[in-house]
Amino acid sequence: MSLAHKVHYKTVFDIPKEELFAPGHGLCAGCTTGTIVKLLLKAAGLNTIVVNPTGCLEVSTTTFPYTAWRVPYIHVAFENAAAVASGIEAAIKALKAKGVIDPNKRINVVVIAGDGGTADIGFQALSGMLERGHKVMYVMYDNEAYMNTGIQRSGTTPQYAWTTTTPVGKVLKGKLQFKKPVAEIVAAHRVPYVATANPAHFLDMMNKFRRGLEVEGPSFIHVLQPCTTGWRFDPRLGIKIARLATETAMWINWELDHGEFRVTVPVPKRKHVKHYIRLQGRFNHLTDADIEEIQKMVDREVERINKIVGKEVIGPVVE
Amino acid sequence: MSEWIRIPLTSNYAAAYAAKDVDVDVVAAYPITPQTPVVERIAEFIANGELQAEMIHVESEHTALSACIGAAATGARVFTATSAQGLELMHELLFIASGLRLPIVMAIAARALSAPLSIWGDYSDVMATRDSSWITMIASTAQEVYDSIIQAYKVAEHSDVLLPAMVAYDGFMMSHTYEPVYVAKDRSIILEFVPKKKPSWNILDPDKPITIGAVGNPDWYYEFKYQQVVAMENSRSVLRQVFEEFSKKFGRWYNFIETYNMDGSDIAILTYGGLYGTAIEAVDIMKKQGLNVGTIKLRVFRPWPEEELLKILKSLKAVIVIDRAISFGAALEGPVAMEVLTSVYKKGLSTALHSYIASIGQRAVMEEDIIAIVKKSLELLEKGVVITEKPVYWGVR
Repeated sequence: MSLAHKVHYKTVFDIPKEELFAPGHGLCAGCTTGTIVKLLLKAAGLNTIVVNPTGCLEVSTTTFPYTAWRVPYIHVAFENAAAVASGIEAAIKALKAKGVIDPNKRINVVVIAGDGGTADIGFQALSGMLERGHKVMYVMYDNEAYMNTGIQRSGTTPQYAWTTTTPVGKVLKGKLQFKKPVAEIVAAHRVPYVATANPAHFLDMMNKFRRGLEVEGPSFIHVLQPCTTGWRFDPRLGIKIARLATETAMWINWELDHGEFRVTVPVPKRKHVKHYIRLQGRFNHLTDADIEEIQKMVDREVERINKIVGKEVIGPVVE
Repeated sequence: MSEWIRIPLTSNYAAAYAAKDVDVDVVAAYPITPQTPVVERIAEFIANGELQAEMIHVESEHTALSACIGAAATGARVFTATSAQGLELMHELLFIASGLRLPIVMAIAARALSAPLSIWGDYSDVMATRDSSWITMIASTAQEVYDSIIQAYKVAEHSDVLLPAMVAYDGFMMSHTYEPVYVAKDRSIILEFVPKKKPSWNILDPDKPITIGAVGNPDWYYEFKYQQVVAMENSRSVLRQVFEEFSKKFGRWYNFIETYNMDGSDIAILTYGGLYGTAIEAVDIMKKQGLNVGTIKLRVFRPWPEEELLKILKSLKAVIVIDRAISFGAALEGPVAMEVLTSVYKKGLSTALHSYIASIGQRAVMEEDIIAIVKKSLELLEKGVVITEKPVYWGVR
């Protein structure tokens, strides 16, 4: 399989103007989920069925009798988006086989789910969907905690982050454990396409959505989603923080296309992680020494990724 | 009967044949004893090309019903089957399937709930779903399983109803017992009865985008739930129509309840599932012994067939309700007995009601047990017991 697949979006002018995610929804001012979903629907187009489990996005966009969705949309429960999507995909297949749906009609089945609904409570359903090979693109918007219920720790909350269930006290300083490497766990299912993305690099993200929809079989796009409310930053800083995540290599944009791995946004010169961390209230309690410890962890991760790629795609910290 | 062939089937296989003959599009099911042969037989039908359907080999019952919801919301005719723990794992989704008004049909080989672990038949699982807004039928023969599933699709998909439906039968005693069953030689006669037309419910269609599963705040939620009340109420007349049409078309008679030897009897045993067969045998034996007792089978549990039951109950001196599940801590711990009592009280009948619990975890109930239960009730009546304070826990050591 050649890696030279088509790049659909080279510049901002390549992006369709049609808005399938309507304004007037109730997401927080400065929430980057809206940015991700808006671009996701532009990439997917009208012939798309969206499955969205319980979470911020669901409660903010579907309060009866209003909806922000201009494509067919279904919410069922919290832990089963991948299962519902499996049923939809199977139904389309069956109805195409029986001539009820035009067999030549391409209908995308897309899940858009938070980290809790994906990596924690929805993980079994996700693993089942991947193993069975349903042609579904699963997009996980990762705001690194249960934001809808009010900032509780999830499996993807990074180490040392404050949340309401990992408070900063005299003894404990935020979350003790590491962030669950969800995309890599998905990749272990050997599905055709897995990628990580970030709304600051929106063309890269949209091209990944297109690739995810193109491949035969399941695809998974793990998108970092800075949360103004939960991460404790000024609402105008969401995209800046997302960009800093990549620039500091706290977040690496990569893809694994039919087993071939590449970093899609190389960072020749890295910034120190403090630039990312110091903008966020959830890390306020960290000392300079704590941040140095995080820097060392990131250095090790960069070394590992460079080793996989076989060359230095992420460079050293240059201040 | 040339349109039918008579073959030996267990109730599980009868369920699989019914799913095949209504030409389901999607099946999502997870194996659990004693339901497993349903899934196996459907897989064989698909493998042999006898059924053209997508079978989703899910990783849990939670996913089974979730996938059925997704498929039904896309306009497919769907089927699933489960038992006991599987039904409990689906519990959350039962309410969502009915709330989204999706006409899913599910077969249940009824089984006891853990703990302690028991794979054996009783109705604890079915009774625990009673407030989930599913139309609930309980069969007592394999033929009835086949016929009820076909009827269930017609009722569930009716535009005045649009509620999911379950058809239950005894785990093991029925699920694994072969009986002669008439099945359609060619499923076209079944599809004439339950035609596959354009869904009458709202579906996920890119040409007509809608939002399914919206948030219902206090200003709307109640109305959605009340619509389910109306739909369940509507299902009564639709069930009646469907039973009549089925009886006329296929010559097998069905109703909300079934009775045996009620002429001239003023005492009746009311039960459900395969135990009704045992009750019939017991009635015959008692008749030979000079004791004239009738028996009533509850065939439709939801909606509760009050009108049909009262027609029988009003002329009775006593009804003996044998429940096959326990409603722990309830006013009367036999779940069906409690409902019968409500109906009796609502109409101010003086019919005595004796509640018995039996066959829990498939503790054997034989004809002699039923006879002994009747004799016990005759004693109670002599002592002036109109309503049993507590159920009689029959056969417990």
